[in-house]
Amino acid sequence: MAKITYKHVDGTETVVEVTAPNTVMRGAKLNDVEGILAQCGGSAQCGTCHVYIDEGNVLPLPEMHEAEDDVLYGTAAERRPTSRLSCQIPVSEAIDGLVVHLPATQV
Amino acid sequence: MGTGPVVIIGAGHAALEAAAELRAKGHTCPITLIGAETAPPYARPPLSKSYLTGQVGPEELWLRPESFFREQGITTMLGESVVEIDREAGRVLLASEAHVPYGTLILATGSRPRWPAVPGADLEGVVVLRNLSDAERLRCALRDCRELLVVGGGFIGLEVASVARGLGLPVTVVESGSRLMGRSVSSTLSAHLLALHRAEGTRVLLDRELVALRGEAGRVRVAELNNGGRVVTDLVVFGIGALPNTALASRAELTTGDGVVVDRWLRTSDKNVYAIGDCARFPSPHAAYPVRLESLQNASDQARCVAATLTGDRQPYTAIPWFWTEQCGVRVQMAGITSFHDRAVVSGSRAEGRFSVFCYRDGRLVGTESVNRSADHMITRRLLADGMAGPAADEVARPGFDLRRHPVKPV
Repeated sequence: MAKITYKHVDGTETVVEVTAPNTVMRGAKLNDVEGILAQCGGSAQCGTCHVYIDEGNVLPLPEMHEAEDDVLYGTAAERRPTSRLSCQIPVSEAIDGLVVHLPATQV
Repeated sequence: MGTGPVVIIGAGHAALEAAAELRAKGHTCPITLIGAETAPPYARPPLSKSYLTGQVGPEELWLRPESFFREQGITTMLGESVVEIDREAGRVLLASEAHVPYGTLILATGSRPRWPAVPGADLEGVVVLRNLSDAERLRCALRDCRELLVVGGGFIGLEVASVARGLGLPVTVVESGSRLMGRSVSSTLSAHLLALHRAEGTRVLLDRELVALRGEAGRVRVAELNNGGRVVTDLVVFGIGALPNTALASRAELTTGDGVVVDRWLRTSDKNVYAIGDCARFPSPHAAYPVRLESLQNASDQARCVAATLTGDRQPYTAIPWFWTEQCGVRVQMAGITSFHDRAVVSGSRAEGRFSVFCYRDGRLVGTESVNRSADHMITRRLLADGMAGPAADEVARPGFDLRRHPVKPV
């Protein structure tokens, strides 16, 4: 179980508890958090579950695979150094407290 | 918003996305999803991939939790079939004899697998793959299978072949055309996939048609081919295409023709009835003629387009088609409609298994097919969506070309 905070562009935030074996993307879909589309369902194919990891993050996140890095070249909102695909971040206790920022658009 | 109650026939990706997007856009009228399957809306792509291997279980397939429908006020009628659309009265009649009134009707009836017209197709051990119960049956059958025969070298057939080889099964693929995925991809990509499957140990027979299946004690045992060849098998999977579910629409005298015919706004010949997803034939700015696309992207984007229209933001449907498949551990992604290209240029290394085929028509980039080169795929989607010309073919052909350095208009 991990507490994940999704910060929306309008400054509001949604905080949800997500259990393993889910991803940060699926945590949003299961809890009806707006701002994540995830068209491909979590296969790192579509780039519509794009998030920005909070600048101050110190939690250990999995390294980015080449496929994720490639897909981030085509996200609708600009890519930043903190950009990740939320479908590639599995939820575990190790990321309890993670804060992600949602981009203005996913398509 | 003058839509009245919205009834959606279907409970797949397109249906769910339409309902969810209507609510996300503030639509407040009643919404009802009517699905013939008893399962709640689920993800289909894993059914021919990770679900077959057991990596993904059924609970991971559900697209939304049960609470979502309750909280959003979306009524789901699952395990129910619509038998008639009464356009005059504005209601649909269910098999259970109940009526559901609508102000706006969305047809998201999907497609069904084509069944072969060969003797023996009704034997035990002959299956298709479309829905969750098909996938469940196939997953169990693969456990006891000794020799798999896949008929059809398209998306589904090749994904199943790839999974079965991964499980260590002997696999034969029979394709009636001269190359794999011939309807969907360039000959360059076809040749690459053929080499990959053969390298994995799959026997691929091209230009061969199945003429009959023979069984023993009601169970399939041998497949006979048109060249006199025979393939011993105890499990046959047909992946020979799909047909749009248009029966309801035709009976209701809506215009159909290999799909429910819709306009650029996805509206049928009745202004209160829309059609989206696999069942819809629509005019696309990316093709010279109306198309019908069986893809997750199309289902999702058309659903969102109709939801926008119904909430006052009327836009024609122009989304860039894209597709993907996973075979032999390789990511294959296609952007745009490339089937009518007149020039194809390869960028990257086929030998290393990382390349893209850039497809041109009249000198204009119409799409790319990428093998383990997702950046090319993603950037192509952006270029096409923004109406950018993209790199010229000669530029792509130059050694060292990298699309990641090609300027893309900022969004």
